[in-house]
Amino acid sequence: MAKKSDDKGASGGKPPTGKMKERDVRTQAKIEALAHEIVKRSLTGREPAVEIPTRTKSNTIWNKKKGILEMGDGTAERPLFDLKTAKQFMQTMLHASTIQDLIAAGKTSSLRGVFYKAKHTVAGTKENTFDTQDESDPILEDLEVLLAALREELHVFAENRGSMVGNITIVDKGDEIDCRRMGSGGYAMPSIVEPDIIQFKKCEAKFVLHVEKGTVWNRFNEDRFWEKHNCILTHGAGQPPRGCRRLLQRLNQELKLPIICVLDNDPWGHYIYSVIKQGSISLAFESTRLAIPDAKFLGIRAKDYRQCGLDDAVKIDLTDNDIKRANEIAAYPWFEGHKGWQKEIAAMLSNGFKMEVESLITKDISYVSEVYVPERLKAKDWLE
Amino acid sequence: MESAVKERKPRQDTSRRGATAEEMSARQKEVSVSEFFVKNRHLLGFDNPRKSLLTTVKEAVDNSLDACEEGGILPDIAVVIEDLDPRRPATAKSSRYRVSIIDNGPGIVRKQVENIFGRLLYGSKFHRLKMSRGQQGIGISAAGMNGLITTGRPMVIHTKPSAKQPAHHLELAMNTKTNRAEVTLDKETKDFPPERFRGLSGGTKQLSSEGTFLSPDVFTTGTSVSIELEGKYQKGRGSVDEFLELTAIANPHARIIFVPPSRVTQDEVDDMLPGTSAAAAEEGKSELPAQTSETGGVIVYPRGVQDLPPETKEIQPHPKGIELGILLQMLKDYELKEKSGTLYDFLQECFCRVSAPTAAKFCKAIGVTSRTKVSEIEPPQVEQLFKAFDDERLAPPPTDCLAPIGVRQLLAGLLKGVKAEFYAASTREAEVYRGRPFQIEAAIAFGGDLPADQPGRVIRFANRVPLLFQQSACSSFKAVTETPWKNYAMQQPRGSLPVGPLVVMIHMASVWVPFTSESKEAIADYDEIRKEMKLALMECGRKLGTYLRKRQKMRRESERRDVFERYIGEISKALNAITGEDTRRLYDALLEQARRKTAVADQELDEDGKVKKQAAEEDFDDDGVIIVQSAIAPIEEAVPVGPLDFDAPARGAKGKNPSGKDPSGKDLSGKDSSSKGSKGKSPTAGGGSARASQDLAQDAKPAKRSEPAIKTKKDLAAERAAGGTSESSGGAPSGKPSSKSAGRGFSDDDPRLF
Repeated sequence: MAKKSDDKGASGGKPPTGKMKERDVRTQAKIEALAHEIVKRSLTGREPAVEIPTRTKSNTIWNKKKGILEMGDGTAERPLFDLKTAKQFMQTMLHASTIQDLIAAGKTSSLRGVFYKAKHTVAGTKENTFDTQDESDPILEDLEVLLAALREELHVFAENRGSMVGNITIVDKGDEIDCRRMGSGGYAMPSIVEPDIIQFKKCEAKFVLHVEKGTVWNRFNEDRFWEKHNCILTHGAGQPPRGCRRLLQRLNQELKLPIICVLDNDPWGHYIYSVIKQGSISLAFESTRLAIPDAKFLGIRAKDYRQCGLDDAVKIDLTDNDIKRANEIAAYPWFEGHKGWQKEIAAMLSNGFKMEVESLITKDISYVSEVYVPERLKAKDWLE
Repeated sequence: MESAVKERKPRQDTSRRGATAEEMSARQKEVSVSEFFVKNRHLLGFDNPRKSLLTTVKEAVDNSLDACEEGGILPDIAVVIEDLDPRRPATAKSSRYRVSIIDNGPGIVRKQVENIFGRLLYGSKFHRLKMSRGQQGIGISAAGMNGLITTGRPMVIHTKPSAKQPAHHLELAMNTKTNRAEVTLDKETKDFPPERFRGLSGGTKQLSSEGTFLSPDVFTTGTSVSIELEGKYQKGRGSVDEFLELTAIANPHARIIFVPPSRVTQDEVDDMLPGTSAAAAEEGKSELPAQTSETGGVIVYPRGVQDLPPETKEIQPHPKGIELGILLQMLKDYELKEKSGTLYDFLQECFCRVSAPTAAKFCKAIGVTSRTKVSEIEPPQVEQLFKAFDDERLAPPPTDCLAPIGVRQLLAGLLKGVKAEFYAASTREAEVYRGRPFQIEAAIAFGGDLPADQPGRVIRFANRVPLLFQQSACSSFKAVTETPWKNYAMQQPRGSLPVGPLVVMIHMASVWVPFTSESKEAIADYDEIRKEMKLALMECGRKLGTYLRKRQKMRRESERRDVFERYIGEISKALNAITGEDTRRLYDALLEQARRKTAVADQELDEDGKVKKQAAEEDFDDDGVIIVQSAIAPIEEAVPVGPLDFDAPARGAKGKNPSGKDPSGKDLSGKDSSSKGSKGKSPTAGGGSARASQDLAQDAKPAKRSEPAIKTKKDLAAERAAGGTSESSGGAPSGKPSSKSAGRGFSDDDPRLF
C-alpha cells in the first residue's frame, strides 16, 4: 500500500482535453447517483446511510478455481446518525465531493493530496474533518468499493514505488521507455499502470524476476542478471503496492511471462508471495486485476541454510510473533491444502530461524545472482 | 432528701455536722420555675451570647407566626436587631443588642400581657393536643428574663389588639421569685407599628417609603416585642440569618423582613452558607420577585404562597398514647367535673377514636357495666383498663389536627431559599407514635450552586420551626444517614450523610413533637418517627435518582446530537457540491432528523420546560418535582459549536473566506449570513426556517451552557412573565418569539440569524 506521498496537492496529469473521457463520465454518474440517493433520503426523512462492502477477512472468499481471493457480498451500513459512523459518513461525503472535483478538473491527485484537499476544520469547531492521512486512505478505499470504481478511475494515485529494468520497451503516457537503458536506478513503477497509460511495446524477456527489496534488486541489476538471463527485474519495496502488482499481473497475463519471486525466508516474505499470488484481503475486490495465481516462489527456502552451507551468522531467531504469523499463513485456505507450502512453513518453524535474501552474501557478493538463482531456475526448484 | 435524713439519725449526738429534720425543713421551700431557669438558662438555649440572641429571635418569631395563623392573618414579620454598643473594642466577645420583633398578628388583650410575657410556663399551648410552634409557654418569657438578667432592662411591648383602638405600650420586668411580671410602664399609644423602626437605616427608610416595611396598612393589629440582651451577632451556621432563612423556607406563607445590626461582631463574618439565598442576596444577584432580596442591608424574605396553612384542630388524647398515671389523673379530673359521670361516657368524651361500642367493650373488659360510675372504679381496674387499651385494635388518631407544609409549599419554600436545579418533595400519611399523630415531610434540592464535594446539608423543622443545633442527636439526621442514597446515584460514605450538591429538608408536624430537651433542638429518636422519615426521604430519593438517570441520558443524547450537528453542515455542503441541491434545505432536513434521533434530549427538556412553567405559575407537578433546567451545571468544557458558514466554499481547499468578509460574520446582504464568532453560543442556522433550528440548537445544549445563575432567574422570570405561551415549544410558528428564546437574549430579528 502506498504511504504518504511527498507529492502534496493536486498534481497534474493530463490537462482536461475538452471532452471528458467516457470512463470519467461513468464515474461521475456513479458519484452523483450516490449523492442523489443520500439527498433523497435526507429530504424524505429517512436516515442517510451508505452500504459499504466490507473489506475484512470474513468477507473474503477464496476462489479455488480461479486461485484468487475475492470479496464476498457482505456489506456494512454506515449510517449518519450513529456515533460510531457519523464522522466516517461525513468523510465519505467529503471525499466523494473531492473526487468529483478532481474528475471535473481532469486532474489526478496523490492520496496525500486528497487528504489535504478534504482536510479542514469543521465549521465552528476545533475539530478537523480528517486528522491524519490514515483516516483518509481507508475512506478512499471505501469509495472504490462503494462506487465499484478503481482508484485510477477516481483520479487518485499512490506514491511511485518499486523499480523495473529488463528486456522490454514500454510506452508511458506516450513516452517510449526502454527498460534496458535505465542505468542503476531503473524505471520507477507508477501507481497507475492501466493500459491507457502504459502499453507494452517490445518484449524479449522470457520471465520476470521479482525480488523483495531495492538492495537485492540493485545486486541483480549491477550484475546485469536480466541481460544474461533475458528477463525483467522488478522489486516492490517490501509489500508491493498496487501499481507494481498490477504491472506484474499485466506482464503475466498479456505477455504470458512467468513471475518468479525471490523473497526472504520469513512469514513476511511468505505473506508478500501470498498477496502477489492470491491478492490481499483489503483489496480483494481488485484481485481479478492484481492477483497472479501462477506466480512462483523461488526462495529463500528453509532448506537453503543446509543446502547452500550458510554460516550460522545468517540465522535470525523467529520471534513469538513470527511463529504466530507463520501458523496463520499456514492456515490460509490456499496454503492449507498445499503440501509444498505446508512443508516449507513447517521447515522454517523447525529451523527456528529466518533468513533474508542478503544472507547469501556470506557465500559471495554475487552468489545470489550468479549461483543461487540461476541454479534454482535451471532446476525449476520453486514453490507454486 | 428523705433518705439522707434517715441515715443521719443514729449519729445525731456525736456530731453537729448534720442538720436536724426540723432545721432542714426550715430551709426547704418551693423553688419558683423562674428561679430554676435563671440557674439553668442553657436548658432553654441561652448558653452563650450568640445563641442567646438567636433564641430570643426564635421564640419571638415562633410566637408571632403562631399568633398570626391562629388569627387567620398572613404573617408579616419584621425582625430588627440594633447594636447598642457599636463603639465597643474589636476584641469584645459580646455586645448589647436590642432585638425587636414586630408582627401583624391579632395582638394581645391588655390583661394577658403580663401573663404571656412575664410568666414562665404560662401559655395556651401546653395543655392541648394541637399542632403549634410553641409548646410549653416558656419561650418568650424566658427570653425576656434572659434580657433582664444580662442587661437589667425590661421588655418593651407594643400591642394593638384592635384596628380601631390605640395600642398598649408596656414595659415588663420579671420577678424571678414570684414568677410574675412587674409592669414598670403602662400607657396607651397611637404609635403602632412603632415609627422608630422605619427610620433606623437607609434600607428601612427606603423600604418604608415604598410601603413595604412596617406599613400601618398591613399592621392594623399586631404586637411588637423588644428585648435588650447581652449577645453576639455573627453569621453562618446557627445564626439569626440561617434561622430566618429556614423559617422562610418552612413558612412560605410568611413574609419576613430582617434588619441586621449595623455592626457584626468582629471575629469573623462566618462562612456564608453556600447555595442559600442569603448568600445570593449578599452578592446582590437575585432578581426574581419570589426570591430573597436585599435593600440597603435589609433582607426581605418574600411571601411564596398566598394561603395560610389549614387551621388545625385540637384533639383528645388517643388511648394508646396515654400513660397509667395520666389515666388516673384524667379519671380524677372527670370525677370532679361530672359527679355521676360513667366510665362509659368518660371513655367516649375524653379520648379520641373511642366509639360507643368500643367504650362498651372496654367496660366489659374490666368487668363493669356501662352504667358504672367513674368514682366506683378501683385502681386495679384502672390498670386493667390501661392494659385493655393496649390490647384493643383502635383506629389511629385523627390527622386533621396536623397541618403539614404540603408538597407544593415545600417546593415553593425550597425554591425560594435554595438555589438548585432539582427539587423534590414528599409528604407522608400521618402516623402515630405513643398515641400522638405526627406527619413527616421531606424535600430535597440538588445541583445548581450547591457545593458538590461536601456532605449534603440537612435542614430540620418541627412544626415549621427550624432546628439549628444538635443535628447529630436528632432523629432526622439518623434517618438521613440511614437512607440508601447510593441507590439514587449519590455518594454516601458508610453511616454518613450523602456527599454531593444536596440539601435535605425534613419536617415533622405533630401535636406534640418529642424534643430531646427544652431548648427544642433535636427530635427524639422514636422508631416510628425515624421510619417515616426514612420513607419520606426514600420517596424523594427515588425521584432524584430518576432525575439523575434521566439527566444522564439527556446529556448523552445531547452530546450525540452535538456530534451529528457538527457534521451535518459538512455533509450538506459536500452534497450540494455534487448534486447542486440547496445546502440549507439539506441542512434543515438533516437537522430535523438529528433532532428526531436524539429526541430524548428534547423530550425531557420539553417536559422540564413544562414543569418549570408550572413552577412559575405556582401550579406544581403532582409528583412533587421541580427542575430548574437552566440551573443545570455545565458538565464539560463547552465545545463551541459555531454556526455554519454557508457562504464559505464547500471545501477548505479553495481558500479561506476569499470574499474577505468579516469573519465575525454580520453580513446582512446575503440571505445566508454567516455568523461565526458568537463565542459559546448555540449554533444558529439562519434563513427562513431558522426558527426550528434555533429552538433545537438551544435545546440541544442544556448541559453545555455555562451562563451564570443569574440567567436562570431571568429565564424563570421571563417564563413567568410569558405565562403559558408556548405549550408546544418546538413547533412555535415562525416569527413568533417564544418565551424561551426571549429569555436567552435571542429574538427572531437577531442579526445573527438573518
